[in-house]
Amino acid sequence: MNTSTGKKRLIKSGHTPSRVASRRIALRAALASVGTLSLAGCDRLSRNEAFVGVLKSAEKLSHSAHGLVAGRKAMAQEFSQADIAAHFKANGTLVPADADYHALMQGGFKDWKLEVAGLVERPMAFSLTELRAMPSRTQITRHDCVEGWSTIGKWKGVPLSHVLEQVKPLASAKYVVFRCADSMETPAAGSDSTYYESVDLDDAYHVQTVLAYELNDRPLPVNNGAPLRVRIERQLGYKHAKYLMKIEVVDSFAGIRDGKGGYWEDNGYEWYAGI
Amino acid sequence: MNTITASPPPERFYRHRLPVRVMHWINVVCLTILLMSGLTIFNAHPALYWGQGSSFDKPWVAITAVQGPNGAVGVTRIAGHQFTTDGVLGNSRVGDAKTPTQRAFPSWATIPGPQWLSMGRHWHFFFAWLFVINGICYVLYALFSGHLTRDLLPTRDELRHIGRSVRDHVLFRHPTGEAAKRYNVLQSLTYLIVIFGLLPLVIVAGMAMSPRLDAVFPGWIELLGGRQSARTLHFLAATGLLLFVLVHLFEVLISGAWNQIRSMVTGYYRVPADKETA
Repeated sequence: MNTSTGKKRLIKSGHTPSRVASRRIALRAALASVGTLSLAGCDRLSRNEAFVGVLKSAEKLSHSAHGLVAGRKAMAQEFSQADIAAHFKANGTLVPADADYHALMQGGFKDWKLEVAGLVERPMAFSLTELRAMPSRTQITRHDCVEGWSTIGKWKGVPLSHVLEQVKPLASAKYVVFRCADSMETPAAGSDSTYYESVDLDDAYHVQTVLAYELNDRPLPVNNGAPLRVRIERQLGYKHAKYLMKIEVVDSFAGIRDGKGGYWEDNGYEWYAGI
Repeated sequence: MNTITASPPPERFYRHRLPVRVMHWINVVCLTILLMSGLTIFNAHPALYWGQGSSFDKPWVAITAVQGPNGAVGVTRIAGHQFTTDGVLGNSRVGDAKTPTQRAFPSWATIPGPQWLSMGRHWHFFFAWLFVINGICYVLYALFSGHLTRDLLPTRDELRHIGRSVRDHVLFRHPTGEAAKRYNVLQSLTYLIVIFGLLPLVIVAGMAMSPRLDAVFPGWIELLGGRQSARTLHFLAATGLLLFVLVHLFEVLISGAWNQIRSMVTGYYRVPADKETA
């Protein structure tokens, strides 16, 4: 029964069954090969520099579009005491393996100093006590990881803008680079894999950008970046560099490691992490 | 054999205009890539929560692996119930590998295949822009060309006879003659829900995950229940879109696939003759 009605329909549309059958087989084969080819193709394209360059053009578009709708001074949402997570999840380096850092940690960070240098009028260095004596800002914010999770914590620290005002960046300044104590790879002779990050001046001077020394009313734990980490509240977690050692004002990333402006950026992630 | 002489040549009807066809195929490419690269991003933290922050010890959905006597076993937990999903979800082989890898969605469903978060994000955000721009063009075209009122909005009469359309769908009866020239009522209602419901939701929930866009009006994402709720809603809306695509493909396959696909390429559809005349 089915075959006869099927045949009728085929004949009506003017095709012989064998032609349709062979066309159907060809179509099925084509669809199957398109499926597997396109999957393999996507993986091959992911390793094609020119194609990835096209994909990455979306980053600039997102950055400009976000700047238009959420201006440079737009504030990240702040929360109440009741919203604070019982445990603030730590990610990335949990305890730096570096000997220099261990020496500082064992001394309760008394010998630690934050160096601020680069394109500035007066390069300076600040101890933790000096930073704590500066004006402070306390904020309860949500930390969003690039992996997808979020956690809410209360931060206290000195606004980065205040520190920058002490050293007076030159007119040529464009970016602020954060240099950290933690090596991301097992140290090989002569290679530097310490964490680093950077932001533009809009984010550097943003009210909520603070150099935090307290988390949830207690000194910043080692897991979360002791003695000092930066908060870049309108970007993802990997921008919030931990274990700060040095802040450098620059006009370009050329000559800094792989030139992309950060450890994860050198490993393929976006420099603009507002998305 | 009599039918050859008895039946008139099928009517060729210009059913899909060029802009709709072009935007349809752009959608096919974008949606496929968005769904698959989205799964790569999900795989970086394969759990879903409600609220602003993640309640790590009690996600409402988690795709993970547990240790069994013979190694890792993929499991999926939904609202407290655990299902064994080994081989597909939680633990699966990547490509031709002999041993399975612990990963939420399998490599055949993700772009790129091997877990590679930064690359998945590049694919996702590029095609998200293309998809949104294409979608805006479509809505503007639908509004100003009359496509919305002529083809998409069902008439009062069609709405009254929705029961018959449901019955036709359940019995796999396909429209013929004049009725085959336009969307049937269930079809147009589905398109309207997708265009003005699911797609805006998936886009807004996606934007709510951007920390910079959250700063447009601090607190606006509370409307969606917070950032983790937004992530959940983004995932659910995407699941709804996948479901739509599967039903759409099924309908294409059972209602004369070749004729349907050709009409979305050339615009011309061979109208099946009414049963009375056949």
